[in-house]
Amino acid sequence: MSAPDREISAPDREIINSEKGASPRINQSLKKFYFPFVVILGAIVLSLMIHGSGFELALDFPVDVSNEMEGALDDSVDWIVITFGDFFDAISDSIKVVLGKLRDLLIWIPWPIMMSLVFIIGWKVASLKIAIMSVVGMTILALVNLWEPTMVTVAIMIVAVFLSIVIGVPVGVLAARSDSVDTGIRPVLDTMQTMPSFVYLVPGIMLFGLGNVAAIFATVLYALPPCIRLTNLGIRQVDPSVVEAGTSFGSSNMQLLFKIQIPMAIPTIMAGINQTVMMALAMSTIAAMVGAGGLGIEVLRAMGQLREGEAIIAGCAIVILAIIIDRISQGYIENRTQ
Amino acid sequence: MTVEPEQISHQIVVDRLWKVFGNNPSSALEAENAGKSRAEIQSEFDQVVALRDVSFHVEKGETFVVMGLSGSGKSTLVRCLSRLIETTSGHIYVDLEDVTSLDDKSLREFRRSKVSMVFQNFGLLPHRNVMDNACYGLEIKGLSRTERYERAQRMLDLVGLNGWETSKVSQLSGGMQQRVGLARALAVEPEILLLDEPFSGLDPLIRRQMRSELAVLQKEIQKTMVFITHDLDEAVTVGDRIAIMRDGEIIQMGTPEEIILNPVDDFVAEFTEDVSKDRVLNASSISVTPDLIWSYSHDLNSLKNKMDEVKAGHIAFVNESGASLGVLTGSDVEHIASMEELDRMLGESTDTMMYSSNVKPAISKLANSSTPIPVVDSDNNLLGVITQASILNALSE
Repeated sequence: MSAPDREISAPDREIINSEKGASPRINQSLKKFYFPFVVILGAIVLSLMIHGSGFELALDFPVDVSNEMEGALDDSVDWIVITFGDFFDAISDSIKVVLGKLRDLLIWIPWPIMMSLVFIIGWKVASLKIAIMSVVGMTILALVNLWEPTMVTVAIMIVAVFLSIVIGVPVGVLAARSDSVDTGIRPVLDTMQTMPSFVYLVPGIMLFGLGNVAAIFATVLYALPPCIRLTNLGIRQVDPSVVEAGTSFGSSNMQLLFKIQIPMAIPTIMAGINQTVMMALAMSTIAAMVGAGGLGIEVLRAMGQLREGEAIIAGCAIVILAIIIDRISQGYIENRTQ
Repeated sequence: MTVEPEQISHQIVVDRLWKVFGNNPSSALEAENAGKSRAEIQSEFDQVVALRDVSFHVEKGETFVVMGLSGSGKSTLVRCLSRLIETTSGHIYVDLEDVTSLDDKSLREFRRSKVSMVFQNFGLLPHRNVMDNACYGLEIKGLSRTERYERAQRMLDLVGLNGWETSKVSQLSGGMQQRVGLARALAVEPEILLLDEPFSGLDPLIRRQMRSELAVLQKEIQKTMVFITHDLDEAVTVGDRIAIMRDGEIIQMGTPEEIILNPVDDFVAEFTEDVSKDRVLNASSISVTPDLIWSYSHDLNSLKNKMDEVKAGHIAFVNESGASLGVLTGSDVEHIASMEELDRMLGESTDTMMYSSNVKPAISKLANSSTPIPVVDSDNNLLGVITQASILNALSE
């Protein structure tokens, strides 16, 4: 035999080796898919058999309690409305008064003054660039004759966000300091965030009547979770060694909270508030369905009359307002973190 | 248990301290008594014995160093002293008060006035400037703004941070951040300073500098210190006494010299290997008996005869009361012809060393001259001599 025949060249040898090594690997990955494949196939076959045999019990669930549950929930909402009617009326009245005054104030401020205020705030809190951009945005709002509805929306937002912070930050602090509170409120927060926001409108109307207060109620429920979650997260993320140092100097729990934990969590808490503002703005159109004024009602009215151009402009006004608020608050967070 | 009378003068007394991490410490303690090892307890009960039967005391004004590798329990120990970690059993007395039995309110009071701590990763508040960080302890105590600024300013000056008061702490270097930590701890004027590896996070050069600055500072402030470190070199520099820990136990405790010269086992010996011995050796520990001690009143001829008889390489001269007059080598004495010449030679060899002084100067002197150096006590009485051979012996041990 000649030498070249006897010797396998190096690349050939590699191919042979890799083929030998590959087959067990392929077998292994086949095994990995084997089990789910059998399960899915089994499920399809069994479903076909049930449909073929017409076995009623397996086709329609034998018990239906939806009517009873809906009835019970209706009754309990009614009970709450009747029992605590005066209480909710009182809340409703005071929110109405505050909101009305705030709205009147914002509309009363002449537009040059308002624009200058926003410019100064944007400049001091964020940057000159953001200040200029904010003023450009507000000029557009004024040009399309949506200045007044914008101010109404801002007033509703301020009240809703204020209530969210007043409720959300303390609850977040409690959740951060106690694991059981955290575990307890987590499903509540999940519900609040995933529940379609329309669902809040009905109890809102029943408790507070049609109008801005029901809108604020629905907005707060919708916008509260990020505030709670990020306050909780921010405080839990505070460097434990700094908390330990604080403890070593004899800080009480309250001193730890107000001198170390909350100040160090401020950037994260601010991010939560920023999220709350954005979500509250997103709710403004939906809230208009229960009688909230502002940009939302402009969108709804235009849509109802099939004037799509007007609807798009009003919708864009909400976006511009959102961007102005977001950029200024983000700028504040960034400056604070540096 | 009651504190024994001889412990009364000690500022800190730690009495049979145990710490078990886990949800069932009593099971671990029982297993301990049954003689099971740390590893067995950890695998069987899922309990970690961090401190086992630790006892020691610290005197007022003393710097007590706890040294060990990571996981030896030294950080746990220092946290137990101010109850940042609760102990499992045993007692800690600070000025006769049992720290382990303080209620929440007295514990806070104890932390505010008696002890303060310096941390390895500084533990500074990033949202505050240097001054407000240094003030933290005083603020917690409820002092007025002017008073705490004044006191903190004094401490900032002391640690060399004058002019940095309004800087953000994140803008400072590690060494300077730790100075802030030190100023914050000193500002509350504690009696006891706990330092948990304060310089371990710093560059070697800065570390050495901070170490010597602390030594200078300690001369001024005279605090009782418990200093945690994993670096024996550091322990030897700052410590009056050192405790070496392994697996939650103190395996050797003593002065730096005792530990370096008489390591209790191979583990300690390995630690001490890298420390240059000249740092801890003092004159008395390396002095040897002179070849010949000669009382000055005798005459020259009998001195020379005696010298030949014992083949003395050097002669230490003393007066009637035993005070050192000087040391001469054998060859020097050979060439001396008269008592006057002897007097002159002795007058020239005036060098002596106190028994407690460091050997470093002796090493450089003996490198240039073969004449041994007499070691004396405070009354100038001769205790022994340091020769080239005795230094080499001690350093090579």
